[in-house]
Amino acid sequence: MQREKGPRVEVMTGNDACAEGALAAGLSFFAGYPITPSSEIAEILSYRLPQVGGKFIQMEDEIGAMGAVIGASLAGAKAMTATSGPGFSLKQENIGFAAMAEVPCVVVDVQRGGPSTGLPTLPSQMDVMQARWGTHGDHEIIALCPYSVRETFDLTVRAFNLAERYRTPVILLMDEIVAHVNEKVILPEPDEIEVYERKLPNCPPEEFLPYKFTEDDIPPMASYGTGYRFHVTGLCHDETGFPTNDPVQIDRLIRRLNRKISRHRDDIVQVAEEQLEDAEIGVVAYGATARAARQAVRLARQEGIPAGLLRPLVLWPFPDKEMRALAERVSAIIVAELNMGQVAHEVEWAVCGKVPVHRVNRVDGEPIPPELILHAIREVAR
Amino acid sequence: MIDYTKYLRMSKLPLIWCAGCGNGIVLKSILRAIDKIGWSKDQVCMVSGIGCSSRTPGYVDFNTLHTTHGRAIAFATGVKMAKPELHVIVVTGDGDATAIGGNHYIHAARRNIDLTVVIFNNNIYGMTGGQVSPTTPVGMKASTAPYGSLEPSFNISGLAQAAGASFVARGTVYHVFQLDKLIERALLKRGFSVVEVLTPCPTAYGRRNRLGTGVDMIRWQKEHTISVQEAAKLPPEQLNDKIVTGVLTDVDRPEYMEAYQALIDNLRRK
Ligand SMILES: Cc1ncc(C[n+]2csc(CCOP(=O)(O)OP(=O)(O)O)c2C)c(N)n1
Ligand code: SF4
Repeated sequence: MQREKGPRVEVMTGNDACAEGALAAGLSFFAGYPITPSSEIAEILSYRLPQVGGKFIQMEDEIGAMGAVIGASLAGAKAMTATSGPGFSLKQENIGFAAMAEVPCVVVDVQRGGPSTGLPTLPSQMDVMQARWGTHGDHEIIALCPYSVRETFDLTVRAFNLAERYRTPVILLMDEIVAHVNEKVILPEPDEIEVYERKLPNCPPEEFLPYKFTEDDIPPMASYGTGYRFHVTGLCHDETGFPTNDPVQIDRLIRRLNRKISRHRDDIVQVAEEQLEDAEIGVVAYGATARAARQAVRLARQEGIPAGLLRPLVLWPFPDKEMRALAERVSAIIVAELNMGQVAHEVEWAVCGKVPVHRVNRVDGEPIPPELILHAIREVAR
Repeated sequence: MIDYTKYLRMSKLPLIWCAGCGNGIVLKSILRAIDKIGWSKDQVCMVSGIGCSSRTPGYVDFNTLHTTHGRAIAFATGVKMAKPELHVIVVTGDGDATAIGGNHYIHAARRNIDLTVVIFNNNIYGMTGGQVSPTTPVGMKASTAPYGSLEPSFNISGLAQAAGASFVARGTVYHVFQLDKLIERALLKRGFSVVEVLTPCPTAYGRRNRLGTGVDMIRWQKEHTISVQEAAKLPPEQLNDKIVTGVLTDVDRPEYMEAYQALIDNLRRK
């Protein structure tokens, strides 16, 4: 599709930006099942994908959608699905499969309140722990968390790049506010967008090991139907991809699956800082709550209270080093989030009692307003 | 005689299947059908769920995918949509396809996407040790139906027919020449095709119900099945204890990926 050169200025929602970001990253397959507040992502892609030669399918349920995404990725597609709370729960079995079989894909979860069907149309950040621990077994995961429409575009592209780079499912944790807010955005030119493609094998097919131990712990990956015939299973497997019960092989595999992400955490973890240089009170917030936290920090500064904001763009792997560094600089940390303290708990664990960690939580379906965080800042400053 | 070793991953043998199990007969039948058609190994993708029968892809030298329990058809749908030129074959058990996977089974049939599903119907959950399946006949015993199953069983071919499959056939491991032909026709059919294969599980089903050895159970198939052609000549009351085999449905319906490709071409011409 041809269009005029020049900056692409548009008014769009986070869900729009997610769909556009995915296309910019090279998305060619989407399978989903509608659920509020994520449905627009599927709706937009059902319209846009066939225009660019990609494929969209509305499956019979979320489990099937996740399965189809994995199948498509193994056949060489950049693949994504999008869902919310209860649908995210259903996908977990096959997210685990993608982690075990090292299948790159992106899973968008526009969070809604729970447990169960909870709050379909109201904001929440209750799936932070589900993103990390929703599957059974023990593996690392990558989860990104945008706070604005433009950032949703950027982090969707990044989600694909990380999925392809690390051969792993990547979760984009959105929330209802970011998903539905309309904002003016200036999107980057296609040639400004960095797009990563999965590492292909450069050996002859008969030598190909789909789960080879390499220097960086990330095995090159071939696609089905390209002359490299290989076996994929959710069972513990050796380098050839076939099931094994050998304790040595099992141990090697599970440790590598964890290590390939944990050892590259510095490349993955991303935080944004605001007014932290001279701050004495550090506010930690992510997603839509970080918008209120920014405002609260500005208001506190106007009152002469030196507050600053640390905003994780990546929630998993958890920015623990960054939290520890924050604890070195401030005398108290406030964590604001739309749940009972899922990230606050991680922050406490990271700073290990060095400074007190205060919580601002809301679970009534309403967003956290700046005043609530400002109030907490004032209390701590006293 | 075909050279089976060409298609098998010889290093993965021997098979895990019990002596007397019918699964090996189905596997060889699938290989003969592919050999007859002449597809290269790179053109074939075999996908399965979880169960004894679902171990099949591990033994064959195609592009192979052993998924989660019941989800094979969903994974296969993704493979097919991303690479329509691949011939995607799903091998699955009766429990895998129609209990946990029932939803994917009926909707793939409704969509009429070009997959071939070979269902190894042994009337039981073999891999997990003989629990009741949606196809266990009423009164037959299972480890979770110690007094005999109370639930009427699924006609899993009928389910696919009703849901919109283009091709549905039922065969047995006794009628193996017929089975080769049924699988070959299913593979060549554009659209969703199903071959339900009756196959004995002497270990988890036969022993508990005193049905004898694998050979006895295969002999039972000979005595209790009737071809569609023969069945058409008999009054319904004479068919009560008979299972009908052969091609049950063969129709031409619009195939999903063809329709999708036409949509793409249409949009791109504009
Ligand atoms: C989600 C999930 N539930 C249950 C199981 C356990 N399980 C493994 S195989 C199986 C049944 C297999 O029966 P069938 O599909 O008829 O195949 P067969 O072994 O008889 O060939 C079950 C229940 C599982 N692996 N995953
Ligand atoms: S348990 Fe039954 S189905 Fe499984 S391998 Fe043994 S005989 Fe075959």
